[in-house]
Amino acid sequence: MTASTPVATKSRGLTDGLTAGLGGLLGGGFTGFVVRRALGAVITLFVLSVVIYAVFYVAPGDVAQITCGPRCSPAQVQQVSEQLRLDDPLYTRYLDFLRGIFAGQDYSTGTSVLHCDAPCLGLSYQTDQQVTELILNKVPVTGSLAIGAMVLWLILGVGTGVLSAWRRGRATERILTAVTLAGTATPVFVIGLLLMILICGRLQWLPFPQYVPFTEDPQQWAWNLLLPWVSLALIEAAKYARLTRSSMLETLAEDHVRTFRAYGIGERSIVGKHALRGALAPVIALSANDFGSMFGGALLTETLFGLPGLGRELVQAVRVVDLPVVVGMVLVTGFFVVLANAVADVLYAVADRRVVLS
Amino acid sequence: MSPETLPGPEALVQVEDLGVEFGDVRAVDSVTFTLERGGALGLVGESGSGKSTVASALLGLHRGTGARVTGSVRVGGTDVGAATDAELRRLRGPVAAMVFQDPLSSLDPYYAVGDQIAEVYRAHSGASRRAARARAVDVLDRVGIADAARRARSRPHEFSGGMRQRALIAMALACEPELIVADEPTTALDVTVQAQILDLLHALREETGMGLLLVTHDVGVAAESVDDVLVMRGGRVVERGAVAQVLGAPQETYTKDLLSAVPRVDAARDHRPAGTAAEGDVVVEAEGLRREFGRGRRAFAAVDGVSLSVRRGETLGIVGESGSGKTTLGRMLVGLLEPTAGQLRHGGAEKSGKGVVPGVQMVFQDPVSSLNPRRSVGESVADPLRARGDRDEDAIRARVRDLMERVGLDPAHYGRYPHEFSGGQRQRVGIARALAAEPRLIVCDEPVSALDVTTQAQVTALLAELQRELGLALVFVAHDLAVVRQVSDRVAVMRRGRIVEYGTVDEVYGSPQDPYTRQLLAAVPALDPVAAASRRAARRVSSAGAVGKELAAA
Amino acid sequence: MSEALLASEIPGAGATTAPVPASGARQFWRRLRTQRAALVAAAVVALLVLVALAAPLLTALEGQDPTSYHPGLVDSARGGVPVGPLGGMSAEHWLGVEPQTGRDLFARLVYGARVSLGVALAATLMQIVIGVAVGLASGLGGRLLDQTLSRATDVMVALPLMVLALALLAVVPGGFPRPVLVALVVGFVGWGGVAKVVRAGTISLKSLDHVAAARLSGWGGVRIARRELLPALAAPVITYAALLVPTNITVEAALSFLGVGVKPPTASWGQMLTSADVWYQAAPQYLLLPAAALFVTVLALTVLGDGVRTALDPRAASRLRVGTGRKRVGSGRKSVDTGRKRAGAGRKREGGS
Repeated sequence: MTASTPVATKSRGLTDGLTAGLGGLLGGGFTGFVVRRALGAVITLFVLSVVIYAVFYVAPGDVAQITCGPRCSPAQVQQVSEQLRLDDPLYTRYLDFLRGIFAGQDYSTGTSVLHCDAPCLGLSYQTDQQVTELILNKVPVTGSLAIGAMVLWLILGVGTGVLSAWRRGRATERILTAVTLAGTATPVFVIGLLLMILICGRLQWLPFPQYVPFTEDPQQWAWNLLLPWVSLALIEAAKYARLTRSSMLETLAEDHVRTFRAYGIGERSIVGKHALRGALAPVIALSANDFGSMFGGALLTETLFGLPGLGRELVQAVRVVDLPVVVGMVLVTGFFVVLANAVADVLYAVADRRVVLS
Repeated sequence: MSPETLPGPEALVQVEDLGVEFGDVRAVDSVTFTLERGGALGLVGESGSGKSTVASALLGLHRGTGARVTGSVRVGGTDVGAATDAELRRLRGPVAAMVFQDPLSSLDPYYAVGDQIAEVYRAHSGASRRAARARAVDVLDRVGIADAARRARSRPHEFSGGMRQRALIAMALACEPELIVADEPTTALDVTVQAQILDLLHALREETGMGLLLVTHDVGVAAESVDDVLVMRGGRVVERGAVAQVLGAPQETYTKDLLSAVPRVDAARDHRPAGTAAEGDVVVEAEGLRREFGRGRRAFAAVDGVSLSVRRGETLGIVGESGSGKTTLGRMLVGLLEPTAGQLRHGGAEKSGKGVVPGVQMVFQDPVSSLNPRRSVGESVADPLRARGDRDEDAIRARVRDLMERVGLDPAHYGRYPHEFSGGQRQRVGIARALAAEPRLIVCDEPVSALDVTTQAQVTALLAELQRELGLALVFVAHDLAVVRQVSDRVAVMRRGRIVEYGTVDEVYGSPQDPYTRQLLAAVPALDPVAAASRRAARRVSSAGAVGKELAAA
Repeated sequence: MSEALLASEIPGAGATTAPVPASGARQFWRRLRTQRAALVAAAVVALLVLVALAAPLLTALEGQDPTSYHPGLVDSARGGVPVGPLGGMSAEHWLGVEPQTGRDLFARLVYGARVSLGVALAATLMQIVIGVAVGLASGLGGRLLDQTLSRATDVMVALPLMVLALALLAVVPGGFPRPVLVALVVGFVGWGGVAKVVRAGTISLKSLDHVAAARLSGWGGVRIARRELLPALAAPVITYAALLVPTNITVEAALSFLGVGVKPPTASWGQMLTSADVWYQAAPQYLLLPAAALFVTVLALTVLGDGVRTALDPRAASRLRVGTGRKRVGSGRKSVDTGRKRAGAGRKREGGS
């Protein structure tokens, strides 16, 4: 996950969508499916941007007043309002915003002109920094956190789920079920807090986490991130274990599993091969969603451990009501969730063409 | 293969005093039989007779399911009840192989058919991957899959229903078992494909000398395929003997009832009073009816240019295999589906506008989903009365009770819920509901296909009786040629959305003109084993001809 | 026979059309009663609700209230550490006092239960009302309406609940009481899953024969929706709702933990945890009590939700009972795989964790 990923993928995703539109008129079969899926994603993204823009800029509160702060005089508020062109009709502002994403935009602050490169998501009210840049700067932190944690929770979660499906009806399953239940019931900030106090505070096995870029010192990077990884992964793994288990139990009840039993195939192969393969679809779907969601930042984990990632940025922007940053982050998150879902669907269809047929 | 499975004097299957209990339900009770090497035994019975439970017990499939199995089962020298898990695994496949009912769900959708067969072969032979794959292609070829090397790489959904069942049989063949246990192997298939699969099983048996245990609800299928039959009912064996003897001269009352309930395409049928329908008394008339589904390139016509008419007091049978468009046609006749093109005239008047037509009702196929599970059956029957504006609660209830009595239900059961009734009774409720609207025409969409054969006979008899009494016009949609023949005055044979043959019952069944109709009729299993053998021979000859190519693709 | 067997299982994906017999309510209780864990969970939930309802009574019994400062009970010289052993536990303050402010911890904890449960229930109710309305309209409406609403639903499902709720809390006006606001925001953004379940259920129910029969009887759309569809949708919606409540509890706690949810002086478990890490040595109960309260509440609600699902979906129940050995008739699961896939995607993520 490099800094340039979001930008590159974004523009590519959109052009893909447009070519998809043409293909949709022609396509049947697999290409047709991909094209339709891409087109669907583009439409969803469009709806997303409209809804988000509308919700946030027609929000019940007075944007200028909120932006300016509680101590502003009416004159100052008026000035801010002009600056934000709040008197223009909403749709022109939305179109400008959209144009900014594709072509960049210039903002006049009264005294000087600030240029915002495409894809432009606006400028921070607080710092006049470009929102896109702001987000890109935070991506490595959240990315580091997300990748490590995700690898951990996928292994842990899917493994636990498979194990409890395999050992269904036995003590192992009951124990695992209890543990995963406890995991789903624990908020990440509780487990994180307890782990931090115990491991960093009492036992002093690990440092209180502090972000060190990978490029600077890979070892310190991992060392510092270990606790956030584990905290996040433990909670998420519980969710994945539950999903994997119930999905596996569902496939284990299917007729083809009975066929292989009737042919003397061992339980290990039945569970590990036939049942698991059939049970993966919802797990993949959830992973895609979670991966996309990570661009909204790991809000709680980052805040708890003080990691300067996307999540903490969002929380701070919300606290000071820095609307362009908030809207930009929500949009980018939505964009990546939609994109990840579409990619997962297509990848899944490659693996299982029946999806295309139905 | 363990030494004890070597051929010996012992019979292939020895079942003694077998009992299987699920909780308090005794599904199988003191069943005893033997099957000699190379023999073929049929377990025949209606639903709930315990026949499939017996089949599963042969492979020890009840182990670990909570079922309680008593008595002794020996297959190929292995005591199934006492065998260790490992011994059981060695039994399953190399000694006894199972062919299941639904070929689509019985194969893993995610793996290539050839790989699945290879996996089974490898598990028992320890062969290399390459050898196992070669073996898979080999057996696929043997069950008549054309271009087996290529098709082995296909996944189940790329196969047709018949090919999937062939693939399952190939899997069974992979380890050269001594016994094939086939649990309703053709129930999910169309009648022409059924005939091919039964022929295949027969040919394989001749070729390899393996034994066959066939579980079926269809007496005709048993007559075609086995030497001996066991008739089962309520978990017990009612009658046993050579197939010709049991089917030809049954001793037990139940067997006699069962056989007399089976509709036939060859036997004489009840005389229906001809000419009850006056010419011109047309209830519904369709002209060039067409219905498309899907859009653009994926569009296809489920019904394509169908013209027909139904007169007062007559029954039009519509018969066809799955995908022939018969259900779509039926739904258009009652207005549940709108035709894409063509005209529909009810009682001489052009159908105006969308939606359902007053005076036209439907009896549905599935007795489970056709009644709202949350409403009492009385309320369901009362629906048409209330919908047309009746308000007098006492009159409604009285009328519903009348109707329930008329269709053979206890009127006191007004307040009961659908799950308290059997399938046949639920179909009666559906008929009562249809009658409540005082219809001119009732379209019956596979009304008896979900029912056991004895219940089937009762429901079709009821429909015929009501028709005579009320002068109803009936459209009887079904896949079962024999049932359609039994109830209809005229018949339309459908294939791929078109009517390929249309005429009186005697014309269509007596001297079919269209090759497809002939092929359908030739595929219907005969109850007489001798006739079955000669028909098999006839099919073999014809499949060498032009039709054969088409069949092989199925 | 084959088609009949295939159709004999009511089509539809998983729980959406679980066939609940007529005596649904009674059967539901019977099935719920057989699950010991669910019963214990139900008892715990009942107790929690009772505590929440009786919060003023309980604090009156203690003689405290959740908002009064007790500067005398904290040592301002040491940064506000509670005076006395065990974080200031005493006969007056049963669970000690809050660091810095000296507010009574017991009172804040029981009032926190009010916020937690109240916000979660209100939000769940709102999610269900919006979700059912959107799902029904989508399932019954024409192509255009369905497309539009489905897209909107997709958007709501795509966005992580936490991120959207957090962002929305930035722009909503401050006039409202904070807990009401949190409930409204969470309710407004979290209905996507319900809408998906209801839409899928409606579409599969629509194709059932008894709905066709009702049409042939001459009933109109509204009556059919009310008599034939809504009762059947109750089971999947209740199941979904039962699992939404614990999710909403976690979300409220998380938002308050981040400082944008319920704000002081109103007590909330999540918010109590915000600064608890600083005080864990001097007043460990300040950290442990709200954490335990959250854990127990969410755990009990989750177990209860699982129990409700098992009681409402007999097929899921029989799967969990590890093979009953009964023959499963037909299967008609041509579309199940994709259906399940959707079900996975429809699961609303509870947030940025």
